[in-house]
Amino acid sequence: MIETIQSLWAAVPEPVQIPVLIVVKILVIVLPLMGAVAYLTFAERKIIGYIQVRIGPNRVGPRGWLQPIADAVKLLTKEIVLPANASRFLFLIAPVLAIGPALAAWAVVPFDEGLLLADIDAALLYVLALTSLAVYGIIIAGWASNSKYALLGAMRSAAQMVAYEIAMGFALVGVLMVGDSLNLREIVLRQAGSPLHWFVWPLLPLFVVYFVSGVAETNRAPFDVAEGESEIVAGFHVEYSGIAFGVFFLAEYANMILISTLASLMFLGGWLSPFEGWAPESWFAVPVLGTLLASGIHWLLAKTAFFLFCFLWFRATFPRYRYDQIMRLGWKVFLPLTIVWLFVEGLAQYFRIGPWFA
Amino acid sequence: MRPMPEIRNFTLNFGPQHPSAHGVLRLVLEMDGEVVQRADPHIGLLHRATEKLAESKPFNQSIGYMDRLDYVSMMCNEHAYVLAIEKLLGVEPPIRAQYIRVMFDEVTRILNHLLWLGSHALDIGAMTVFLYCFREREDLMDCYEAVSGARMHATYYRPGGVYRDLPEEMPKYEPSRWRSEREVRKLNEAREGSLLDFLERFTERFPKRVDEYETLLTDNRIWKQRTVGIGVVPPERALALGFTGPMLRGSGIAWDLRKKQPYEVYDRLDFDIPVGTNGDCYDRYLVRIEEMRQSNRIIRQCIDWLRRNPGPVMVDDHKVAPPPREEMKRDMEALIHHFKLFTEGYCVPEGEVYAAVEHPKGEFGIYLVSDGANKPYRVKIRAPGFAHLSAMDEMARGHMLADVVAIIGTQDIVFGEIDR
Repeated sequence: MIETIQSLWAAVPEPVQIPVLIVVKILVIVLPLMGAVAYLTFAERKIIGYIQVRIGPNRVGPRGWLQPIADAVKLLTKEIVLPANASRFLFLIAPVLAIGPALAAWAVVPFDEGLLLADIDAALLYVLALTSLAVYGIIIAGWASNSKYALLGAMRSAAQMVAYEIAMGFALVGVLMVGDSLNLREIVLRQAGSPLHWFVWPLLPLFVVYFVSGVAETNRAPFDVAEGESEIVAGFHVEYSGIAFGVFFLAEYANMILISTLASLMFLGGWLSPFEGWAPESWFAVPVLGTLLASGIHWLLAKTAFFLFCFLWFRATFPRYRYDQIMRLGWKVFLPLTIVWLFVEGLAQYFRIGPWFA
Repeated sequence: MRPMPEIRNFTLNFGPQHPSAHGVLRLVLEMDGEVVQRADPHIGLLHRATEKLAESKPFNQSIGYMDRLDYVSMMCNEHAYVLAIEKLLGVEPPIRAQYIRVMFDEVTRILNHLLWLGSHALDIGAMTVFLYCFREREDLMDCYEAVSGARMHATYYRPGGVYRDLPEEMPKYEPSRWRSEREVRKLNEAREGSLLDFLERFTERFPKRVDEYETLLTDNRIWKQRTVGIGVVPPERALALGFTGPMLRGSGIAWDLRKKQPYEVYDRLDFDIPVGTNGDCYDRYLVRIEEMRQSNRIIRQCIDWLRRNPGPVMVDDHKVAPPPREEMKRDMEALIHHFKLFTEGYCVPEGEVYAAVEHPKGEFGIYLVSDGANKPYRVKIRAPGFAHLSAMDEMARGHMLADVVAIIGTQDIVFGEIDR
């Protein structure tokens, strides 16, 4: 069986082989990602449910496990209402513009040593560029809807994203300085050694800035003014229905996962195990436990899951910022903080402090 | 050169279908970007002609309408109406009935403030508080149910007292497909004793629950940024605008009808009136939180008194109050009284009267004109929310859109009473 497939594959001409391989790789990344998004919505409803002394969805399937599937089916079969005065083309292209960058950014994310789609040297720049593109989907959606609420949402979102993009960019400059590379795989490998080698320690303020900016960047509570349920109803996607709305939803959650993954890659050593470097060798020799303790993709998933939980936790706990207060936080607190810390980092680099700048 | 295009403010229709419109508020906002230049509240979408309907019914039959005015503080509305009728009739309810009324007024105050806290926090984006508040509301709703049979629209107060004495047992959960025997036993644990026992257990845990809400909000930086300095009303303006209740006390004026013109047994009870200093949303929040604690205190005193002093809860005048069932079975006169009372009602002396109570939202008053018939000639309801909503423009001007939501929340608007 396997031999037949191999011989068939060999018969395929080379110019066809490469694109086919790439498509397969893309599917291998995107399909689990879609599943993760679906079950992230489920996790969100369950976790927030338990925080709020209620149970959350428990009717569809055993203990509600099929709820996301039911939601997807519902959204797919609902009508996409086109508002009479909306710009038809822009209205429909906006969700695509929102989800496109959210998925494309995954191309450079390394899941494990050698487990990545594109090992490019400018990965960090690429990620930064694509996450900035996401704002266009939102602005165009708000503008094309021809609704005042949507317009307000788009306006807020644009201002907010620009403000936090800068703080985020500076936080990444910090990573670049200590990591000596723009390649995400190399940044992770630079953190090898022990948990003490992780960049979260020398870059603690930048890590906080990055994660909070990430929350703002994905328009999640307490920075969800672009949606602002109680103020501008649903903000930029107020006029969207059916799967057009669903796509925005997917993009938001895919972005959440992306931000969490990047945070764990750049600051918490990605797939590197926290047991590395100090646990005795004999621990890693234990049959199953040893594999679990050693570095691997499961550590990346665990770290990502932790950040995602924080996203949900914030949402259940905090009141919403006002639009101008978000701006103040971004421009007057985060930006100066990152710049100051870059200087501190420069000094640390000069005096070769700790295991990070050696 | 082309002339510059004229820049106009844009008008935003906020409501009536809006998650923060608290019912059916239609707010026409004139906005300069995000900043509100003018707020124009439109009312009347929930008008049900309560005042007119009351003119065509015997007095007692309108009590149920009063519940539906401010539908989150039901018994307090009844209280004002019943007080007005009693004033006209010259009837004084038995002391036990007065204690029961005060106790349920305070239960209602907590009910109202819990809903207010939950929705105010939800408007500002803290959604967990909302569900915590509803957990406690559930228990108080159970008290309503135990005493009147209805969880919301109780129709429990009557001219001359209350409909019946406090029940000796609480309604209990029963096992079903959804609830196992064990879960039901746990749920019923607090419901084994009388209503007073149940309420006492509630008052014991409630202050801790209020602390819990406060840990989420009071010192939260975001909460403070969203409420401090928002919708400031100086004391003199608050008086001029006709504010009452927590809206007035938040501005620093210690005006409370329970202290200033005590009705029922408030003068025998020990409680404090919290006042704010700055008159902003945050101060009004603190005032209402403290009012919940004070209400809890009053309830405890009432429970204590009610335990020790059994007695009648209705006047013994069968022109106003129905005779007991057993009496009707053997006494012709009782039967006639019953029939007359439930068909024709009773006639009150000619005259006009104003009775007001310290409603959770402010001064809720009933102005009643009688021409001596069995129906009111005219009923005018003084709803506190109406005066508060009228100040919307003054409070919201110059603030941002998100603050309008906070201001609607802080005003504790309920359209049932405003539109009537």
